[in-house]
Order: sequence, then structure tokens, then C-alpha cells
Amino acid sequence: MHGFPFWPATASAYARQIDFLFGSLLVIAGLTIAFVFFLLLFFANKYRHGSKADRHEPTKKTWRWEVGWTAATLVIFVGLAMWGGNLYVHLYNPPPSAVQIFIVGKQWMWKAQHPGGQREINELHVPAGQDIRLVMASQDVIHSFFIPALRIKQDVVPGRYETMWFRADKVGRYHLFCAEYCGTDHAHMGGWITVMEPRDFAEWLKAQGGQQTLAAQGEQLFHRYGCSGCHEPGGTVRAPNLNGVFGSPVPLSDGRVVVADERYVRDSILNPKAEVAAGYAPVMPTFAGQIGEDDLARLVAYIESIGPQPRGGGAH
Amino acid sequence: MAERMLGIQYSTLAQERETVTLGMWAFLATEVLFFGALIAAYLNYRIWFGAEFIAAAKMTKVVLGTINTAVLLTSSACMAMAVSTRDGGGRRAPVLWLIATALLGLMFIVIKGYEYSLEYQEQLVPALNFDVARHGGVAEIFFMFYFCATGLHALHLLIGICLVSWLAFAIGTDRLRPGSTTRLIGLYWHFVDIVWIFLFPLIYLAGRNG
Amino acid sequence: MHAPRNETYLNATVGIRSWLLTTDHKRIALLYFAGITFFFFVGGMAATLIRLELITPQPDLGSPDFYNRLFTMHGIIMVWFFLIPSIPTTMGNFILPMMIGARDLAFPRLNLTSWYLYMAGGTITIIALLLGGVDTGWTFYEPYSTFYATGYIILAVFGIFVSGFSSILTGLNFIVTVHKLRAPGMTWYRLPVFVWSTYATSLILVLATPVLAMTLLMLLAERVLHVGIFSPQLGGDPLLFQHMFWFYSHPAVYIMILPSMGVISEVVPCFSSKPLFGYEFVVWCSIAIAAIGFLVWGHHMFVAGQSLYASLAFSFLSYLVAVPSAIKVFNWIATMHEGWIRFDAPMLYAFGFIGLFTIGGLTGLFLAALAVDVHVTDTYFVVAHFHYIMVGGAVMGYFAGLHYWWPKITGRLYPDYWARFAAILAFFGFNLTFFPQFILGYLGMPRRYQSYPPEFQIWHVLSSAGASILAVGYALPLFYLLWSILRGPRASANPWGATGLEWSTRSPPPPENFDVTPTVIRPPYEYDRGVPCMQAKNG
Repeated sequence: MHGFPFWPATASAYARQIDFLFGSLLVIAGLTIAFVFFLLLFFANKYRHGSKADRHEPTKKTWRWEVGWTAATLVIFVGLAMWGGNLYVHLYNPPPSAVQIFIVGKQWMWKAQHPGGQREINELHVPAGQDIRLVMASQDVIHSFFIPALRIKQDVVPGRYETMWFRADKVGRYHLFCAEYCGTDHAHMGGWITVMEPRDFAEWLKAQGGQQTLAAQGEQLFHRYGCSGCHEPGGTVRAPNLNGVFGSPVPLSDGRVVVADERYVRDSILNPKAEVAAGYAPVMPTFAGQIGEDDLARLVAYIESIGPQPRGGGAH
Repeated sequence: MAERMLGIQYSTLAQERETVTLGMWAFLATEVLFFGALIAAYLNYRIWFGAEFIAAAKMTKVVLGTINTAVLLTSSACMAMAVSTRDGGGRRAPVLWLIATALLGLMFIVIKGYEYSLEYQEQLVPALNFDVARHGGVAEIFFMFYFCATGLHALHLLIGICLVSWLAFAIGTDRLRPGSTTRLIGLYWHFVDIVWIFLFPLIYLAGRNG
Repeated sequence: MHAPRNETYLNATVGIRSWLLTTDHKRIALLYFAGITFFFFVGGMAATLIRLELITPQPDLGSPDFYNRLFTMHGIIMVWFFLIPSIPTTMGNFILPMMIGARDLAFPRLNLTSWYLYMAGGTITIIALLLGGVDTGWTFYEPYSTFYATGYIILAVFGIFVSGFSSILTGLNFIVTVHKLRAPGMTWYRLPVFVWSTYATSLILVLATPVLAMTLLMLLAERVLHVGIFSPQLGGDPLLFQHMFWFYSHPAVYIMILPSMGVISEVVPCFSSKPLFGYEFVVWCSIAIAAIGFLVWGHHMFVAGQSLYASLAFSFLSYLVAVPSAIKVFNWIATMHEGWIRFDAPMLYAFGFIGLFTIGGLTGLFLAALAVDVHVTDTYFVVAHFHYIMVGGAVMGYFAGLHYWWPKITGRLYPDYWARFAAILAFFGFNLTFFPQFILGYLGMPRRYQSYPPEFQIWHVLSSAGASILAVGYALPLFYLLWSILRGPRASANPWGATGLEWSTRSPPPPENFDVTPTVIRPPYEYDRGVPCMQAKNG
């Protein structure tokens, strides 16, 4: 028997902030409901047909009440909107020092790739107190990566990267759910997030066995898929050198300037004609259908590792 | 010519006339939202894909599209003439104008059909023979829009042609008393024309201004 | 001109053809009522099976595919074939022309056509479900629904597409009717709020449904042709489908709730024997809900991958749209102040509506708070929220209206004891069913799950227990309402002491509603120290 669970596990400071907002909403809603129910029952009793209550001519000046409760409602609502929005914006500002983990969702499992090359299926081990940034892709349909204990979720949409970040601070094992209906085994597409003491986590990493870092694997792919043939100095075709590119602005041939983030790298591999770097001919072939999301993650990790400020791309 | 009974919900002929006119305007509002949804989706991609989308648009047959625009505008003028001569109580003049309207509408359909056949030959028809390797996925999306939008428009135009033809027949054989029917069908015809006036620059003239 | 004293719309003509080819808005309302009731019980059966399944954490009643088809069927049937048509096509059709003093809707034959379109769409969808069903959820998110799902999606979507035209034409009919067929003296500000609510609903029906039509058409194109404007493999945007879908589907929820609010605005003044507090505010709140309701669709997509700025804007607008609903609740309660309150079944349902709609609406505030929504979206919290509004709100409103206008429609009275009992049972059953789901949602129980972690079970057991009580509360009216038709005492023209035009003609009404076209001499809901002042002259 599990008793009556009322509150989910709380595994991060952000989660506690959400709980505070939620709790405040509970109080506001609770008071309002109590007030409404009280009035309903009170009036139902006092003014029931046949009661001796005082019913002098009802007031005609209704607009004072109207303006009053409209204004009060508006003020409270705007305050709540701002509060919720403020916390939400926090989710869009990952610290630059966050460790990056690549997640791929597919029917019906989650795959994780740590920067050190460690791979997990339906599980994610992370150290407590460390900023973690997830870069997520879907191989097929829309899924959603949901960790109730951290109060975060993000839909994972095929054809693009979505990102999410968190800092868990409480050691434990927490549910991972897929929260966007994705077919037959949607209800089984889940697993566990394990938050460990940093020391235990380091040992866990080592225990996964020797493997190359994600970036090193990416470098191998960079050669295997023929990227180095054009993109390294001495290549046969004139293509931008990718050293120091990641994270910097890239002027495009149509005049726009975009930041070379993981989205740009992935899109450039799959649809190179969309955002051609200024001064270069659009001759890069597309690799759509040839490189799966797992390999794309490795390539992105590699390009990031040769960028100017490797963003946690090395080992933990 | 039989006296037409007023429905029980109406008290006067004028009320009936106003009511059906408002009904037609309300119906046209729904059509605005129907085509509007497609146009909004199109605009979204036009901004999102930028140059690739416009490159695909340049593969449309702008000469044929322009001819068709002239044809449709002329047909609307004929329809307007039909309405105004009918308002005067006439029979022969409106019928002739209506026949002209329908014929111009048919001409539009024929030219459109010819255009579609050219696109088929150039392997630009999504799901049938679109050459994705040569033109790219974004171009295929553009041509999905092209065929859906112009196809739905052509369907509405065909319905309009049927209505106009029936109207010409009914007036010509005196089966219809002078009333609001011509005006109502005129409203519909003008609306179908207006949809084209939005589709034409969006689809055909994209990126052709320089 | 004058119908004989005992001629009503029910007995004026006989035979199946006189019903299936009728243009009388009252008969068409009853035709709709049959369809609505049928679909309600089909959707309800799906709900029963869902709640039975969820009593235990493991699969019990079938494979995951079966369960996925079950919740999809429940959603599709309840949204498109029950909730959206419910009040407008039954009570709207029957009562609205009478309320404005008209003899029928503006376009009676179009009205009949709307019913046939509704039945055709419903039949096509039922066939799709019987053949093996659809498992995409009622939201049909792609690329799952276009490239991955098996099932009879094309047929089901086509059925919804066809019934959409029924919605559009019904809305069009109502709008034109309210503009053009009002009786002498019935100015806009003398219209009962039910008319205003139906009018606002019709604006949404007419303007939002075409967007659904186009969205479904694009969905069908992608599924049939295996290529489409949303396809990620071509570079298309799956989110575009969501934007188009929710641009309709959010206003659609206002289609579902506005008519119920209109019913409550009729019932509360009547059973308080007092004018509606703040009539003009309530009227403009209805219009405001319809208008602002078009601007909030992105709140279904806060975690979908839309831009931060879009989310901020939609959150703010979502809070804005909650304000007019709150104002209405205050106005209804203020109406009761210093009234002469009676507790007949319609009023009990109205009390239930106000309480449950308030809870549901307040939980909307939780969902509009961006950061909270990130946690609770796609969980049972949302499921609880919308069931509080749609079942605790809209369905309660439907039953309130049904019990309120039943004497007018059938000319019979039902046994009040059983009606009140059913209302109270439904209220308690409803709360037991759906309140635990708020808790489940915050705990993290996702939607559309057949099996779940065992620690969630206790709440599911409570929820399913509540559902069994709710089912009884909904089944009871079938019995006593049917009984009333066969053996109930005959109803007078105005058994409740209300003031609207519909109460100044006999029960059931004559075929052309009124023996003489009424002249309207006062606003609605006027009571002189508890005594109703009829809107119609000599009423």
C-alpha cells in the first residue's frame, strides 16, 4: 500500500519555487471557492422562498460592484501571470557552464548520451548540484520528456532540437515519463532519473566502461561521413572551416545572421541549402535520411568541442 | 409565373430579402476564415523558409496566372452588369451577362487545367511525381499549398459556374421572379474573385518584383 | 391563423415523413435531442470502460491499442458529437426563436440540412470507430496521426469534417435569426441572456469551425498523399498543425460553455424571482469571452516548442479571458441576494454549475501560469480542469436547461423529487470522480496512460468510484423524463413563473409558436417584489 500521496517528490530549488507558486494558487483558489460556496449556501438559506429576510428594493447602482470586482480580479490575474512568466523565463536561461547531455526519443524509449560517451536507455544518471542541459531530438513522432520531481517537461518534436535544463539537488530516484501521446506503448515509454552524489556519479561514469567521449566519436564520424573532405583545410571543395565556429554568429548568404548553435549544426547537416554561409556556394549535399539522431548528436558534440568556448562538452 | 409564398418566419418580402442577404454575407465570412486559415499557414512558411519558398514560387506560370486574373475580373464585371440589369426587372440582358460570366469562369477553369498539365509535365505535382531530389522538400511544401489553394478555389468557382448557369436558365425561362437571388449569387461570385485576388499575388508574384 | 386549442407542434402532423422532412425548428430540436442523447451514452460508455480499466495500475480490459482507441473515441464523440452541438441544437433550436418572438428560424430548410449533416458525420465517425477505431487522441497531433498511426483516421476525420458544416450552418442560422426576426419591441437590450449567449456562441461557430475544416483537410491530404505541409521530413513544421488545430479548438471550448452560461442566466433569475444582476455586464462578458477566446490558443502549447514571447503573450491573454467568466459568477450570485429562492431541479443544477464551474475556472488560473503549466500540462491536472468545466459546467448547464424547458417542450411535468435527487447525486459523484485527478496530475500522472505507477492507484480507485455514482446520476433522468412523457401531469404555459416570451405561449407550443405574434414591452427578468412581469404584452 502506498497510502495517500499528496505531493510529488521535490528534487530541485526550481521545483520548490514552483511548489510555492502552486501553493499560493491553492490558497487563492481555495479562499475564492470557499467564499463562493459560502455565499451560495448563505443566500440559499437566508433568501429561500418563504423566509423572513429583509428584501427592500434591490440596488440599481450595480456598476460600482461590477467595476470593483472586475478591477480586483484583473489585478490578481496580472500578478499571477507575471509570477508564472518570471519563473518560466528561468527555464530559457541555462547557465553557460551546464553539462550537455543528448536525449533521443523514439517509439517507445528514451536514449541518453553523456559527453563522456556513456549511453543509457530509459534512465538518466546525473550528479546533484550540477547544471544539466538536455539537447533533445525525436526520431519519429512528438514525445515529451517529463520529470515530475523537477517540475519540468519539454515536448520533443521531430525535425528539430529542443532543450531543457535543470539543477537537481536531492539524491534519489525519480520518475521519467513520456507526456505526449505517441502510440501503442506511450504509457511504457518511461524510466528513471537517478540523482547521485557527485562522487558516486563519477564512479558510476567510470563503471560504464571505457568508451570514447561523445566528441571523439563525433570526430570519427566527421571523417567517416566525408565532412573533413571539404571542411578541413586542404579539402577538395571550398567549405567553411569549422574550428572556432560553434557559438559564434554566422552571416548567411541571404543577409541574415544566425548563431551557430546545435540547431544550426544539425540543420546544416540535414538541410544545407536553407542557411548557406555568406561567401560560399550552396554545394553541400544533404545527409537527410543517412545520419540518425544518435550520430547527429555525436557530430554536434564534436563541432562544439572545436568551438571557441567548449560548453561543458568535455567529460563531467 | 406562380406567386411565391412567404415563409412563416417572415412578415414582409423586404424582411425576407434582408434576411437572405445577411445570410449570404455570414456564409462568405465563414469562407474568409476557411481560405484565411490556408493563407495564414502559407504566410507562416513564406516567412519561415524565406528564399527557398520564393524560389519555388518562381516556378509558377505567371503569364497564365495573369491572364486568368484578367479573365476572372472581367467575369466579375459581367456579373455586376447582370445584377444591375436584373434589378431593373429585365430578363434578356441579365441572362446574356450571366452567360458571359459563366463562360469566362469556364475559361478560367480551362486555363487552370492547362496550367496543371504543364506542372505535371515538369514533375511539380506533390504525391504524384514531384521531383524532390531536384527541387527540394520546401518546394514540395510550396506546391502542396499551390495545388490545395488553387484547387479549392477552382472547386468554389465550379460551384459558382453551376449557380450562374442555373440562374441564367431560371431567369431566361421565367421560372424565377425578380428578387434577391441574382444579387446573392453575385455576392458569391465576387467573393470567389476576391479569393483569387489574394492568392494570385501571394503565390504567383512572390519574389518577382525585381 | 389561430391553431385549434389542442393543436401543438407534436400532434399537428403525423407520420415519420412529417418528422424526417420537417422544417419546424421545434421538431428539428427533438431530432437533434435524439442524436445528442445517443452520442452522450456512446461517449459515456467509453468513459465507463476507461474508468474501469484505471482501477488497477496494470492493463485489465484489453491491449494498449484498445485503450488508446477508447480514450480517442471518448474525446471525439464527446467533443464533436455531444458537447458542441448539445445546447445550441436542442434548446437553441427550440427556444431561441420563441424567446425573440419569431415563428421559426431564418432558414428552416437549412436547419433540417444541418441535422442531416450532423447525423451523417456522426454515422461516418461511428462506423470508423466500429471498424476498429482511431488511436491518435481527439487532438490528432501529427506526424503520429499522418505517418505512424494505423486505424480508420481518414474516415473518422471525414466524419468530423462533415459535421463541422452542421455547426457552421446552425451558427449562421442563429446569427441571422437574431438580427432579423425579432418581434416588435424586442430590442437588443431586451433579449434574454440565453439569446445573447447563443449569439456569441454562433459567432464562434461561424468563424472558428472553417479553420478546423481547413486543418482537417490538410491533415487528410497528408495522410492520404503521404506528403503534406506539416511533414518534418520535407522541412515542414509539426507545430503548424497544432497552431491551426488549437486556433479552432480553443474557441470550441467556449462554444461548449457559453450556451450553458446562458441557461444559468435564465434559471437563476427565474428561481430567485429577481432580475439578473448587471444584465449589460453579463451580455458584454459573453461577447468578450467569444472575442478574447480567439486569442489564447497558444496556451495549449506552452511546452510544445513555441517561442518564449508567444508563450508570455498567450499566458497574459489567458488570464484576461478568465475575467469575464469571473464577472458572470459574481453576477449570478448577486442575483440571488434578496431574492425568493426556490430549489426546483433546474435551480439545483444551476447551483451545481456555479460551484463546479468556479472550481474548474480557478484551476484554469493554475494552467495559465506558465511555470506551473510546464509541470501539469499533459497530466491529469488538465484532464480534471477541463472535465470540471465541460462536465461540471457545460453538462450541468445542459441538464439545468433540459429540466427548465422540459415542461415547455413536452407539456409535461417530471417528478421533482427524483430530479432533485439525480442533481445532487451527479454533483457528489462528479466531485468524487474528478477532484482526485487534480492530485494525480500534480503528482505527475500523465494523460492517456493505460498503465501507471502503483502509488497513483488510490486516487484512481476513488475517481472510478465517483464515476459509478455519476453514471447513476446521469442515467436517472432517462427514466423519470420518459415517465413524465407517458404519465406526467400536464404543464401550464408558465409553470416556473418566468418572464420570457416562450412562457407566454402554451406548453407544448402550437406549430407556429404563438397564436398571435407577441409585442414586447419590457426587458427580461423583471419582477415586482417577486412577481414576474412578462415580457410580452398581455402575457
